[in-house]
Parts: sequence; structure tokens; C-alpha cells
Amino acid sequence: MDCPKPETEFEKILLAHGSGGSLTGKLIRDIFIKSFNNDLLNKEHDGAVFNINGYKLAFTTDSFVVNPIFFPGGNIGELAVYGTVNDLSMCGAKPLFLSASFIIEEGFEILTLQQIAVSMKTAADRCNVQIITGDTKVVEKGKGDKIFINTSGIGIVSDEVDISPSNIKAGDKIILSGTIADHGIAVLSERENLVFQSQIKSDTAPLNELVEVMLNASKNIHVLRDPTRGGLAASLNEIASKSAAGILIHQEKIRIKKEVKAACEIFGLDPLYIANEGKLICFAAPEDADNLLNVMRDHPLGKDSEIIGEVINEYKGKVILKTSIGTKRILDLHTVEQLPRIC
Amino acid sequence: MKFLDEYRDADKVKILIDQIHSLKLPPINIMEVCGSQTHTILKYNLEELLPSNINLIHGPGCPVCVTPIDMIDKAVLLAQMEDVIFTSYGDMLRIPGSKSSLMKAKASGCDVRMIYSPLDAVMLAKDNPHKKIIFFAIGFETTTPANAASVLTARKLNLTNFYMLSSQVLIPPAVKLLLDSELIKLNGLLAPGHVCTVTGTNWCSEISNEYKIPIAVTGFEPVDILEGIFLTAKQILINQYNTVNQYKRVVTKDGNLKAQETIYNVFEVCNRNWRGLGEIKNSGLRIRDDFRQFDAEKNFEINSVTSNEDQRCIAGEILQGLKKPNDCGLFGKDCTPIKPVGAPMVSSEGACAAYYNYRSVLKITENE
Repeated sequence: MDCPKPETEFEKILLAHGSGGSLTGKLIRDIFIKSFNNDLLNKEHDGAVFNINGYKLAFTTDSFVVNPIFFPGGNIGELAVYGTVNDLSMCGAKPLFLSASFIIEEGFEILTLQQIAVSMKTAADRCNVQIITGDTKVVEKGKGDKIFINTSGIGIVSDEVDISPSNIKAGDKIILSGTIADHGIAVLSERENLVFQSQIKSDTAPLNELVEVMLNASKNIHVLRDPTRGGLAASLNEIASKSAAGILIHQEKIRIKKEVKAACEIFGLDPLYIANEGKLICFAAPEDADNLLNVMRDHPLGKDSEIIGEVINEYKGKVILKTSIGTKRILDLHTVEQLPRIC
Repeated sequence: MKFLDEYRDADKVKILIDQIHSLKLPPINIMEVCGSQTHTILKYNLEELLPSNINLIHGPGCPVCVTPIDMIDKAVLLAQMEDVIFTSYGDMLRIPGSKSSLMKAKASGCDVRMIYSPLDAVMLAKDNPHKKIIFFAIGFETTTPANAASVLTARKLNLTNFYMLSSQVLIPPAVKLLLDSELIKLNGLLAPGHVCTVTGTNWCSEISNEYKIPIAVTGFEPVDILEGIFLTAKQILINQYNTVNQYKRVVTKDGNLKAQETIYNVFEVCNRNWRGLGEIKNSGLRIRDDFRQFDAEKNFEINSVTSNEDQRCIAGEILQGLKKPNDCGLFGKDCTPIKPVGAPMVSSEGACAAYYNYRSVLKITENE
């Protein structure tokens, strides 16, 4: 069988193809969606939701290549469990079972692998999920980088839950569950040996419980998304382009920890594009927004929640940032890789 | 955050905007020389607040953008050599050369590494004695002291495997070239605060006197830029032409003397090609002969490269302030940050990238 020639601008994969920004999106559309082409995949959600024998299920997968594998506030194993649990949660699902596959470089310390496995078990217990299947491969020294982990997960979705960008309406409020950029900056600081007065910790955390209380509090949640790779800006842009809605964000409502902000200034990075691993954004009907905000603030993982913006009738498919000085500008997708291998 | 939040303060911005609007100005051209200032203007969309008779012209102060294409080609050639680890600041990786870029070289298997400081390259050399570590030294007076310090450190450590490809430039000769140009009439300048931190402000005062043009040495936050514009515009109105220092929290009259000494200890002034502007006399820094063992151009066979620039790119006119990025036929279509044709579309300080990333909202407004 002849392979169709891919319509891409590049002959080789660049790091930016894995950034979660516009090149990643293009790669997915040009190569994977074209090749695999089906209705469920084409929705381009964090996970697929489908019906089997009357049950609504959610299924997702994620690979973890973070460097370093241990960082302030977490490690690659914990991240691999929470990442997939969170992707399921963003489908409105209750996560049930995970798989875990390991690609390990020859020479990797068994003791370290043991540490990672134990922390994965602790993480799975915290989310009430079980790791029920897996795979192990070893590659020659120098052909991998310590360890890569893939997890897949399956969860069940209540019938009345319907999370989809197509449900978004003008007037919807946008709630962010806490401070941004903690994870990316924690990993970067560890990688670059940067020491701050107070240590910046990753926000790695499972969001299933927070999502559960939110779904109990409101039947009008339209979209949930965890702004991981590519940060808040990438997630908002994805939602805007899928829903063709205009999104207005108020910069002064976005919380950033003082030390994270300082690190961003030093590195010249924009926190809006930096990965989070324990935060979510929620689009909900305006009449439910205040109640949702209160419920979220009552949960430890949502205590810093804020309404950061709303869906508007103008600027369809775009994200507009109202800056701290009151002017407006576009908040676009980043095209370059700010920080490779952050999750 | 002290020294940042107060310069992004909405109330202070409002006061300055009111002050600027209260001046009864004729149409004027003010050039912000530095790319970081351009970036702030676009990122905060300051033009939304300014009176329409103030035309902000974006200057040549983006070190990545003015690096000539033959230096990129030389960098790629060096990166492709055996046993070389080529190190550079991140933005340089994506600048298109005649045929390739450092990023494409990296994807093809060359050892190209992004670093944050030239001293990281020196440490790489120390840790990898069997490799040749080459650092791509670009930038204005702001970055040259650290580059000079890295050469001095390499000497102190007796390293024989550390090299520098120098494409460093000096701002004052480029500013004079633009003021000498008959193609554009500039009424005021915002001088680059970072450069002046090192150089001091004496060269600005000389230019103010020689060209009878008001200059505000200006910082990089919205309040800085607006105050710089106010201090310049106020003078234009009454035909004054002094250099004033808006960025007093960092810049002094004489600058950082220790940094200046370090620069000229290692480097000497030379003529230098600027992308889009051509050769400017005494506008570059090269490695002194005493330090020739560290000079990549003197230790590797790279001087025979032949370079071809994409003739459709109007970077030269943009860097001279003659055209704005959206005047270019390639802008946003054939030239985007994903596939840049010219350097100003690559660097975060480049005018084209700033327009592409932040300005498209205005186009949407116009469409509605």
C-alpha cells in the first residue's frame, strides 16, 4: 500500500511539534486525524466518550517524558497517574481503571523504578482507581532517557453529563481553579538548578474529586479542560476554535504566585503559556457561576478559584485578553516550544 | 513585585495618557529603538490609548533580527562539524539561513543546545574536553559583557576547546545611520534602557546635540514607555532637544564602567554587516587578537560560505522604520512564526513577531 505524502511544512519532527501549540495541532490534524479519521477522534477532546451496552464510557491515553523525573512537588509516576485521571475527569467521567506502560533505558536504577511504582500506587489510591494492566520495554543505553511512561484510562460518565465545546453559549462564565504556571516553572527551576527564596512546587494533583463536587453542584457545566502543556492560552484557544465562540479573559483575575511570576520574568517566559498539572478551567452557564465558584473554593484544590472571563458574541473563534492596563489584544497560540519535556 | 508592578499600574498609565493627550501635538514620529520596547507596546496594545498623531516607529534594536544571514550560515556550518557542540540563545535556533537553520540542523542530528548564559557554554567545554564547544555571541552592549566574561573565564580555566562566533553589534552607529537617512524623519527617540545600563547616557546626549532631537532613555514596562513618550513629546512641542533619563532606577550617566572595561578587554570595534541595513562603520565587536584561540572564525574553515537572502522579505525596511510589518506581502501568509522568512518574524523582540502575536485583534475589530 502506498503511503499518502503528508502535507506538512517540515520534513522532520521538531521539538515544537510536541509543544501543545499550533505545530502540535497541525501535526495531529495532518497526520493522525487524516490517517485514523473517525467521529470520536475527530472531536479532538482530551478523551473519547462513547456508549457501550447502555453505558457511557470515557477513554484516554497520555505519555510522560518529563525531565527531570523527580521534581519539587512530584515525580514522573505520580504525574502519569494524575495526568490520565485528569483527562478522564475533563470528560466529566469518574475514572475507574488505568494501564501503565514503561519504556526504560538500560542501566536505570531498579530502586528508582521501585520508588516510582510505589508513588504511582499511592497516587492511584488517592484517586480511587486501579492500575490493572501494563507493559515493560527496555531500550539500549543512550537510546532513551531514563524512563518514559504511558498511561491509558477508562472511566464512566453519568447520563446527564454532557461536556462539549459545542454547548458553549455567549454569556458563559469561565472559572479557573487556581494559580497558573506552577508545574512548568517547578520543573524548569529544577532542571536549571535555579534556587529561589521559597521553593516553587509543581501543582501536580488529581482533579477527579473537584470535578465530582462541581458536577453535583451544577447541571450547566459546558466545558472542562486542564490547561497542561501549552498552558492556559493553549487550552482557551483550543476551546475557542472548536466552539467558534469568542472568549474574553481579564488578565488581572488570573492568579500567579509571586515566586512563579519572578521566575517567569527571569526566564522571559509568559506564564499564560506554561504547563499546569493540577488546575482546570470550567465554562458554565452564568446563573450557576457564583454557586460553582463557592463550591470550588470550598475544595482544597480549588481554593484560589476565580471567574477569569466570559464567552462573548464578538471575536468568534478567538481569545481576547483584556490587559492589566485596560487595553485589549489577542491571546494567540504559541508557535514555538517554550519548554520541552515538561510532562 | 517591586520594580515591576508599579510600572504596570493601570492608574499610573491613565495619568500619563491624560498628560500625553493634553499636549497639543502636531503629527510626530517617535522611534523606540529597542525590540523589547516594541514588544511591550504591542503586548499591552499601548497604541489603543495614544493619540493618533503620535506615530510609533519600531527601530532596529532586535539583536536576533539584525544578525546577517552569512553569520547564520556560518553557525549552521559549524554545528554540522564533527565533535562540535554548538550553543546559542533560543531565538537564534529558528532564524532561517540561506538553506537551513540551527533548529533544522538539530533535528538532523547536530548537537545544538539552547543555553541561557555564555558561561553555561564555558562549563560545557570544561565538562566535555573531547568536544569543541562553540557559542554564538550575538547582541548589543547589553549582552556583550557576559560574552566577554565567558572568554576571560575560558582563559582562566585554560580551556582549549571553547570558541565564540562573534556577531555582536553596537547601537549608537545604527541610530546615527537612521538619523542620517533622508527616507524617514524622526522627531524623537526612546533610547534603549538596557543598552544604556552598560553604556551610560553620554552617547545619547551627543546625538541629541548633533541631530537636535529629544531623547528619553526609556525602560520596558508600559509606564516606562508612556513616560518616555511624554518626556520626548513635551520637548518636541517646544523645540527642545535634551536627553532625559526616564529609566533612572537602572541607568546612570556613565553606565557600568566595569562592564565596559570587560568588553574592551576582550573585544575591539570593527565594521559590521547588519541584516537589512548593510555594513555600518565601527558598529561591531570582534575578538581581539590576544584571544584569537577562542575566535571560531579564525579556528574553523567557515569564511567561504555564500549566502542568499530571500529577496521578498522587507526586513531591511522594517528595521529602518520605513515600513511596518503588515505592509509586507508575506506577513501572516507566507511568513509566520512557524515558518519565518525573515528574522523579525522569529525573535520575541522582532517587530513582525510582535505584530503577528498581538496585533491581529485590531484587524478583527476593523472587520466588524
